[in-house]
Amino acid sequence: MIQVKNLRKEFGTKVAVEDVSFRVEKGEVLGFLGPNGAGKSTTMRMVTGYFRPTSGSVSLGGIDMLEEPEKAKQLLGYLPENAPLYSDMTVVSFLGFCAEMRGIYGAAKIKAIDRVLDMCFLEKVRNQSVDTLSKGYRHRTCFAQSIIHDPEVLILDEPTDGLDPNQKHEVRGMIKRMGQNKAIIFSTHILEEVDAACSRAMIIDRGKVVADGTPEQLKKLVPGCNSLDEVFRSITRSETAKKAE
Amino acid sequence: MNKRDFENTLTVFKREFLAYFNSPVLYVIVVIFLLASQGFTFFFSRILDSDDVSLATRFFVWHPWIYTVLAPAVGMRLWSEEHRLGTIELLMTMPVSPWQAILGKFFAAAVVWAIALALTFTVAMTVGYLGDPDSGPIISGYVASYLYAMACLAVTSAISAFTRSQVVCFIISVAFCLVIALIGDPGITQAIVNAVPNGFEWLVRFVSYFSFMDHFFEMTKGIFVLRDVLYFVSVIVTALLVTDLGLRSKRA
Repeated sequence: MIQVKNLRKEFGTKVAVEDVSFRVEKGEVLGFLGPNGAGKSTTMRMVTGYFRPTSGSVSLGGIDMLEEPEKAKQLLGYLPENAPLYSDMTVVSFLGFCAEMRGIYGAAKIKAIDRVLDMCFLEKVRNQSVDTLSKGYRHRTCFAQSIIHDPEVLILDEPTDGLDPNQKHEVRGMIKRMGQNKAIIFSTHILEEVDAACSRAMIIDRGKVVADGTPEQLKKLVPGCNSLDEVFRSITRSETAKKAE
Repeated sequence: MNKRDFENTLTVFKREFLAYFNSPVLYVIVVIFLLASQGFTFFFSRILDSDDVSLATRFFVWHPWIYTVLAPAVGMRLWSEEHRLGTIELLMTMPVSPWQAILGKFFAAAVVWAIALALTFTVAMTVGYLGDPDSGPIISGYVASYLYAMACLAVTSAISAFTRSQVVCFIISVAFCLVIALIGDPGITQAIVNAVPNGFEWLVRFVSYFSFMDHFFEMTKGIFVLRDVLYFVSVIVTALLVTDLGLRSKRA
């Protein structure tokens, strides 16, 4: 579903992402791990077509993102980092706007809005202005936006950031459920989430993929480590140390 | 433009248009515009004391100066706000082309300004009641005034594509609109011609051709020339192209 080949991104002289390639099939949930500034968000922004890669290619469902961006974006739902929203709209009018942008109108639009309000527990705040929402609600409103058209590809940049433990649990469950018939990529700092929701995980450090496999495989990657946490620290730290030498 | 393109543009337009009416800024701007345009006409130009019911020299003459400040105030939120909120990332990952978004937003600001300008109808009614004005110059005056406002708005749209700060966008846009208005002023052009070394007069005159002013005054006099309309349209198109460039550069 998602195919990324030799993706590279430079900002001036700084290389943010270097030669990243991977595939995500339908029914897979790929967890993106990595320290801050490793290039996770930049990679996701290129996959969603927001950033133009310096070189490399991205295709969603066989449609090239650089050649037919509008067609490829039809398949895509995206939750950006920090969950941006138009602050002057109500939850319902915001979701209505997003539905129309995806070509959903009339009765289908109302149905789609009701469906995501229900899925994301937003019923209580449906007519509230986005401005007055708490962080958890804002996050879920933006999450609702990403699934309003029931996309085949879902890209979530830190979907559990700023949620309370109950909501985190709920969102992980939701990602896992939706992962059965979608291709999902999500990034996180929280390693338990990988065990809880991912079928595969990738560790990125300094713009490069340093590990790729199921959570079980990753745990066995470094001898002597038996938790993902230890593996993560040993891999990303050793890379940092190499650079310093 | 096929149906889908049109629907996308309309959706962006609707959102932006309603956003204007949800914010107090618009109401403040419209009230100031009406106070300024009518105040200048009745108190500074003393239109009622004159025997002249031509609007060109007493009403439209003030518009460029008012637009220099107010058009950037209307347009500054167009893209700066998207950058600041981060919603640009949502908008640009939806299946719309940047052009649909640029046009949708620009038209929203354009219709808002059409409403503000239409609310000055009382001035036209006043001269109609007091005298027997030619309707031609009034209509072409309104067209000229509207085109001038649209040119300033398009310039503001272009500048807002480069910055996340509405204040920065406002200040740069006002400065730009002011310069482009001033370079057409005969007094100022003459002063610059006197100041530059001999042989460069042509350059000053050449640059002053690019001012909005000449084209604007030609039209308010009732001389409706395609050339002047095309001039404003080309300014608007260029500014929107620069908007596209600005949005691209932010995503590159």
